[in-house]
Amino acid sequence: MFGIERNSSRYPLGINPAVLLAAVFLIAYPLFASDFFTFQIGAYSLILGTIALSLTMLAGYGGMVSLAQMTVAGFAAYLMAILGTNSVGVMGLGWPWWLTVVIAILGAALLSTFIGAIAARTEGIYTIMITLAIAVAFFYFVRQNYQIFNGFTGFAGIKPPTLFGLYWRDPTPFYYLALAIAAFFFLAVRYGARSTFGLGLQAVRDNPRRVRALGINVFLHRIVAYFYAGIIAGTAGVLLVWFNGRVSPGIVGVDMVIDILVIAVVGGMRAPIGPFLGAIAFVLLENFAIDLIDRERFNTVIGLAFLLVVLFSPDGLLGLWRRIESKIRLPRASARLGVRANRGDWHPAGSSERM
Amino acid sequence: MRKPMQRRTILILGIVLFAAALLWLVFAVWPDWLIDAIGRKKTFVNTLLNGITLGGLYFLVASGFTLVFGLMRNVNLAHGSMYLLGGYIGYEVAEATGSWFFGLAVAFLAIAVSGILLQVAIFRRMEGDELRQTLVTIGISIIAADLMLATWTGTTYQFDTPDGLYGAIVLPVISVVKSSGAPVFIKYPMYRLTVLGVAVVVGIGLWLFLNRTRIGMMIRAGVNDREMLAASGVNVHFVFALVFAIGAGLAGFAGVVGGTALSIAPGEDIRYLLASLVVVIVGGLGSVSGAAIGALLIGLAEQFGLAYFPTYGVVLTFLIMVGVLAIRPQGIMGTR
Repeated sequence: MFGIERNSSRYPLGINPAVLLAAVFLIAYPLFASDFFTFQIGAYSLILGTIALSLTMLAGYGGMVSLAQMTVAGFAAYLMAILGTNSVGVMGLGWPWWLTVVIAILGAALLSTFIGAIAARTEGIYTIMITLAIAVAFFYFVRQNYQIFNGFTGFAGIKPPTLFGLYWRDPTPFYYLALAIAAFFFLAVRYGARSTFGLGLQAVRDNPRRVRALGINVFLHRIVAYFYAGIIAGTAGVLLVWFNGRVSPGIVGVDMVIDILVIAVVGGMRAPIGPFLGAIAFVLLENFAIDLIDRERFNTVIGLAFLLVVLFSPDGLLGLWRRIESKIRLPRASARLGVRANRGDWHPAGSSERM
Repeated sequence: MRKPMQRRTILILGIVLFAAALLWLVFAVWPDWLIDAIGRKKTFVNTLLNGITLGGLYFLVASGFTLVFGLMRNVNLAHGSMYLLGGYIGYEVAEATGSWFFGLAVAFLAIAVSGILLQVAIFRRMEGDELRQTLVTIGISIIAADLMLATWTGTTYQFDTPDGLYGAIVLPVISVVKSSGAPVFIKYPMYRLTVLGVAVVVGIGLWLFLNRTRIGMMIRAGVNDREMLAASGVNVHFVFALVFAIGAGLAGFAGVVGGTALSIAPGEDIRYLLASLVVVIVGGLGSVSGAAIGALLIGLAEQFGLAYFPTYGVVLTFLIMVGVLAIRPQGIMGTR
């Protein structure tokens, strides 16, 4: 993933000034942005980014492109409506909010583990097919099932609690909540990648056969990765249901499932910042494509953007940026050669084995 | 532990018993206790026939999908879009010329050409990079779905069933015996049975093509070892383009056949993509006979789910997929 870590001692305090600047900007953002930009653009980008982060973690570090991450997030959203309170009159068991949140996230993580257990038996391209099949099947299931998931209508009236005198769906508190969660998972993935488990997972991605020969349990590493990804996606799903206030089959529909993939790929799967870049680009495009072209043809625009990225910059916006950067800073180019050399290794786990 | 011979005997015995039970269920007049237990015989036989014919349709769609994968390791997730586009093109042509069969032929050819274009213009550029190829097909399916929605709007289209295939035929199967003693026979739409017939013909045709012709031999050789085939002087790009044309053309063909049996509307692309995915996962990727078994299983599961437990119908399909993956990750007929 990060072929060579940047030498942090180059900067005072060991922090890259660009990172510091970005952090200050993100924290100060609601002070100068309007409610619309704070809530609809800022918070929504962070939520989608977090869901896509779970995919980036699985695909970038584990070599498993799971299309069911939106399904996992949507399942958490449904659990919030089913176990907590909703205004539809179906289900709504009325559990206290903290218990609902914990169970929703754990439920999502378990679903993710289950999906992982099915998908991790196969490799590479099969993972995409199986997870896509699961995602579509889940969509048809919640749409048909009126007893638990209230079918086509879904649920409405799901609200976050009022806590510390703040209503957490107000733009500014909700933005900070989403930011805190996104930042937490961002850092968790970034540092988790260097833990024993993270390194093991990357080894599994690069050469499962060799890792197996070393006596490491490949299957277990994959399953645990799915569990963590489920926690990330599930937490984002809780935020998503608070953001929308409602949940219906559309949220786990193929469009959304593919959107998450688009976000992750467009942003770049080489680093955990990628999905957030992709999410910002996606949400901005979604909201302002109206001004450029017909609102109806948004999917064509997003599809074209996705196609262009896949065809011409397989490592996404992040790769594009790094390529520009390395051209600007020629003197340091030699130091980056090592990074470049490692760049061709983004393959599904299966392809290296199959020849 | 049993010896393999014994295990096979038990398996064959099981299959024979199952077939006998099925035949009895279809042809016997049901006693009252059975009707009390699982409902009317008419529902059962109709569901069974619907399942088999739907399986035939799924086979038409999935055989192209699995053929392309088997040779090129290319998971074409735009396969559902090709099905839908084939349906729309066939509809337009059939409306304009008044000939359903002409529409069918044009749909097959048009989608086959689009398949060749995709293979030559895009997939050849990224050979061996399966993940990128798959991502490209996702991008294409997003754009295709949106443009088809723009062109043909959200309306549902329904083909006119061609003359001669219209109406229902009476099957030699008794559903109930009236109190007067007169038997009531089950009727079934002629066209649905034709779909099944077409699927069987296509299946046999594909088998003959792959196993009895020179090009079929090259394709099978390519499935086993692509590099070696190229090294022995065969123009693999020609073989690839041909297989892609057949695979895509079958999707377009199925679009017209399926659009007539059911209907064509936005969202059908996803439905048939899901069907193709599950069918080939269950049957085994790259295996045409696996696709036939998988299609039959999934078609039956879907129809029985719909008839007997409507809100949990999808779960049945899903359980079959999980069950097969748990026992044979490579699919029923898959080899790896």
